[in-house]
Amino acid sequence: MQIKPLLDAEIELTDSSRSPGSVVLSSRIRLARNLAASPFPGRANKAQRREVLEHCQGAIAVLPQMEKGSVLEMESLEDVERQVLVERHLISRELSGQREGGGVIVSRDQSCAIMINEEDHLRIQVLRAGYNFKSVWKLIDAIDTGLEDKLDFAFSPDWGYLTACPTNLGTGMRASVMLHLPGLVMASQMEKVIRAVNQLGIAVRGLFGEGTDASGSIFQISNQQTLGESEADIITRLSGVLDTVIEQENNARQKLLENASSKVFDKIGRAFGTLQNGHLLSSAEAMNLLSFIRLGIDYGAIDEGQRRPVDRFFMTCQPGHVQLTEKTEASEARDVARARLLREHFRTLPPLDFDKMANP
Amino acid sequence: MAKPPDCGNCQKPATIHLTQIINNQIKKLDFCEDCPYQKGVTDPEGFSLAELLAHGGPAVPLDSKLACPACGLTSQEFKKTGRLGCAECYDTFRDIIEPMLEGMHKGDTHLGKAPRGMLERVSYRREVERIRRDLAEAVSDERFEDAARFRDALKQLETGPVSKDLPDSSD
Ligand SMILES: [Zn+2]
Ligand SMILES: [Zn+2]
Repeated sequence: MQIKPLLDAEIELTDSSRSPGSVVLSSRIRLARNLAASPFPGRANKAQRREVLEHCQGAIAVLPQMEKGSVLEMESLEDVERQVLVERHLISRELSGQREGGGVIVSRDQSCAIMINEEDHLRIQVLRAGYNFKSVWKLIDAIDTGLEDKLDFAFSPDWGYLTACPTNLGTGMRASVMLHLPGLVMASQMEKVIRAVNQLGIAVRGLFGEGTDASGSIFQISNQQTLGESEADIITRLSGVLDTVIEQENNARQKLLENASSKVFDKIGRAFGTLQNGHLLSSAEAMNLLSFIRLGIDYGAIDEGQRRPVDRFFMTCQPGHVQLTEKTEASEARDVARARLLREHFRTLPPLDFDKMANP
Repeated sequence: MAKPPDCGNCQKPATIHLTQIINNQIKKLDFCEDCPYQKGVTDPEGFSLAELLAHGGPAVPLDSKLACPACGLTSQEFKKTGRLGCAECYDTFRDIIEPMLEGMHKGDTHLGKAPRGMLERVSYRREVERIRRDLAEAVSDERFEDAARFRDALKQLETGPVSKDLPDSSD
């Protein structure tokens, strides 16, 4: 077991002084980079991948931003440990499945993770709570420039940073935010929004989908195109789309309160009751209930101090986390453990303040 | 209540539902709690059906026998996976890659960050690119004096010190 310290650490996403917003949970940028002289990981043999791993680990280790970070290699992690890293978005599923020479270095507060030998030699990622591309770019730009001193990156004056897949060519940059959109989901407007945003070259992905009942209402929005625009222009364009989506979400929430307050009160109230009393909760149901609690916080029915615990539960209620902390592999045992974890927390809270919610 | 859909991966009832737009169509995928992770549902970077399906892979002529001198990747392998094997592949398969970029990206020239060691070459490239555009515009507007001026500026740039170590960009 190597990742226990990561589980217990105070992390950027749920413990930073930067507060996550009511709609934007987090902002993230990742950069794809490759070494000029080595075949890309998918084409490399075991020895070549090992060599790249060690070479990159050495270059990353001296970065001041990664001081006290954790160095992890896929080959020496258990399945459940890799699963937890995926659930925290510190590694991708692709890396977790690709053992030979695959590794990640995670900064102390888990705001920065650098994957080695994923699809590209390096996938650098930086994340901040809330809506904050400026500080994310500043940090990742500094890390990238720091690595440039030690590593010779594959770069063409025409096409920019060369990547294993041409869809990442150029800046190699994917900027994204996690959005909590319960208003748009409840108002059945999500499909419309997704379609409109897609037309603009921006991708929307549901973490748990927007099925009629089972949903955490959490979506990721990111740029699709990486070549032909500067990093700043990509971020500006993405931000313009995000601002519109955020505004629409806030409008939808306001309208729900005006036209369907009983429905909203009922959803939040029942979610609270189930979390206080449930004994079997799948992770999808837990996400769904937590989503309503988060909305209750935004509406003022639940104390603002609950936002951090709720955001942490979004993470710790996922299957790998429950399996690891409760040491149980069976699906039903996990549902029991998950329900207990949530019950113990939500039992201690005061009743919901619906009056405050009706008159925000 | 309708029977819940089965997991797309095994036969258990699905509890996790992913929705994506693929070619302007909304597709729903259902997984049980044990399976989605095979497919990377919670992985924001690694999984996009749209990316997999929208482009349908590079258009490679069936008789193409190109192979990268550095890593050995063949044009047929590139067609199959959509992935390049090394940095040099971008030169080897340039004629196949160039038309792919059109529908995929905002433009076909890098306008972002460059490693410091590359800055001089990059700004040279961008300057040449800019004057070429101005020249084409001047010609189509029949502003012949301007066109002559741009042509001179290009010639001067192309015999300058930076251009010597560059491959010919007009190919
Ligand atoms: Zn399944
Ligand atoms: Zn190659």
